Amino acid sequence: MAGLLKKTPFRYALNAVTAGGLYVIIMALINDNVLNRYQALMLIPIGFNIILAVSLNLSAGFLGQLPLGHAGFMSIGGYSAALLSMSLSMPANVELPLAIVFGGLVAAAFGILIGLPALRLRGDYLAILTLGFGEIIRVVILNLEFTGGANCLRGIGKQTTVTWVYIFVLITLFVITTLIKSRHGRAVLAIREDEIAAEASGIPTTYYKVMAFSVSAGFAGVAGGLYAHYLSILDPSTFGFMRSAEILVIVVLGGLGSIFGSVISATVLTILPELLRDFNDYRMVIYSLMLVMVMIFKPSGLCGRYEFSLGDTLDGFFTSIRRQLGKGGPTDAADS
Amino acid sequence: MPPILDVSNLGINFSGLQALDDFNIQVSRREIVGLIGPNGAGKTTVFNLLTNVYSPTMGGVKLKGRNTLGKATHKVTQYGIARTFQNIRLFKSLSVMDNVKIALHNNMSYTLLEACLRLPSYWKQEAFATKTCMELLSVFDMEGMADSPAGSLPYGAQRRLEIVRALATNPKVLLLDEPAAGMNPSETADLMRTIHDVRDKFDVAIILIEHDMSLVMGICERILVLSYGLIIAQGTPEEIRNNPLVIEAYLGQQGSE
Repeated sequence: MAGLLKKTPFRYALNAVTAGGLYVIIMALINDNVLNRYQALMLIPIGFNIILAVSLNLSAGFLGQLPLGHAGFMSIGGYSAALLSMSLSMPANVELPLAIVFGGLVAAAFGILIGLPALRLRGDYLAILTLGFGEIIRVVILNLEFTGGANCLRGIGKQTTVTWVYIFVLITLFVITTLIKSRHGRAVLAIREDEIAAEASGIPTTYYKVMAFSVSAGFAGVAGGLYAHYLSILDPSTFGFMRSAEILVIVVLGGLGSIFGSVISATVLTILPELLRDFNDYRMVIYSLMLVMVMIFKPSGLCGRYEFSLGDTLDGFFTSIRRQLGKGGPTDAADS
Repeated sequence: MPPILDVSNLGINFSGLQALDDFNIQVSRREIVGLIGPNGAGKTTVFNLLTNVYSPTMGGVKLKGRNTLGKATHKVTQYGIARTFQNIRLFKSLSVMDNVKIALHNNMSYTLLEACLRLPSYWKQEAFATKTCMELLSVFDMEGMADSPAGSLPYGAQRRLEIVRALATNPKVLLLDEPAAGMNPSETADLMRTIHDVRDKFDVAIILIEHDMSLVMGICERILVLSYGLIIAQGTPEEIRNNPLVIEAYLGQQGSE
């Protein structure tokens, strides 16, 4: 068993089975009314917050830059996807993925456009510049005719389902994880660690900065597309600076540079405000206090840079069991 | 045989300050050249100009007849000039293996799409990179450290890892910036052997900046002395040792105390 767990194809199969199993469980919970309608609907925001957080983590945690305009890319993706799906009349299950992929691509293109000048700067300068871009995008959308302006874009098909969100979350997690563990991902990490040394090791740093930024923007666009088809209305004022800050809070709380942390944190921070509804007036106070506490006691975020791996966890689990069983028994000595 | 590295007339002017002027050097294959001089003489500036971290205001650099001047640093590295840094610059929180693999970046060619879809080209090239890494590390007796974070290594090992990382880019010329800094005499002696081995095994020319005279005199076939941005002397270790200009640059004029 332990040998099998170290084999890569087996690990992929294990992850695929787990992802499928989780989906079956979620659907069963919804269908058997264990989760009520309201709770089932909550799954969708959790999903697109995961996509937003994981994608922002690529540029904030892995590339080590601090962009503050993630909501801007989300809105570009959202509007592009919505405008495409509104002009099409195809079955929802064809139209939705098409629109969302389109939204992601447009957002990624804007990522390149904005990344090229922005990534010449770093640190707080980059943060302010991207914040500015985010606001520009919002104001432009507010003043354009075809986006509905301040009257909001209405009549978008309510096509986002839990299934589609689940699929796009899986795609996001898969793409970003595999990207990080490739030569491209290592190049991105090298830039975070030491840009001069990365360049001296033959890494074209500008290219990889823009690439990571653009992939990050692309997935924000995907989340925007899902968001648009979930609410069926797009209001430019929801894509302001506060939205970008919210996503950043999720990423920092989960741990800069931990995809697993972003997933956990996105889930917790989406549910938490809802759970606290009973406390009404004190809701935001408790929420903020929690953030302050985490930052005081665990400044690297909940997970730091820890990455969860099902294979490793099970492997460790079985190894420790065998060690427990093998205590005193000479037969196991050769095995461990 | 033509020189592998041909630097002519190199110079840079930092808004009025001539940090380096009229720097000429021809390095032939497998040669070890020392670059010495008092602090602030412009030694590291030479390295920064060769790798184009700074753009020279004049001069030319040719590597195997190919002009590398004005090319981006990562291009210069690809052409075959690799370097280490005076104050160690490793990717500290990444593993030793990843540090070396990053330098192997251009040895691999799979695209982003192939990586995300985990196509066979990914697996094949990654496996090859891992093998190359382990081979390189084993030359320096570091294969046991492959999984530790680079920042956790002892000082000497970090210096060696920097050399391994530079070698992974498959250079023709290796620039070592004070490789013996902070080492005790026995470590320095080890380093001297290592540098010899590197030259023989990897067939590279080496230019090294160093203040430790036992290392410079013991290993370099030729030495250049810089002072205030100018080459004031060059020759064999024996010639340099007895050159009055060099003694003056280091110790001051006679009688001035």
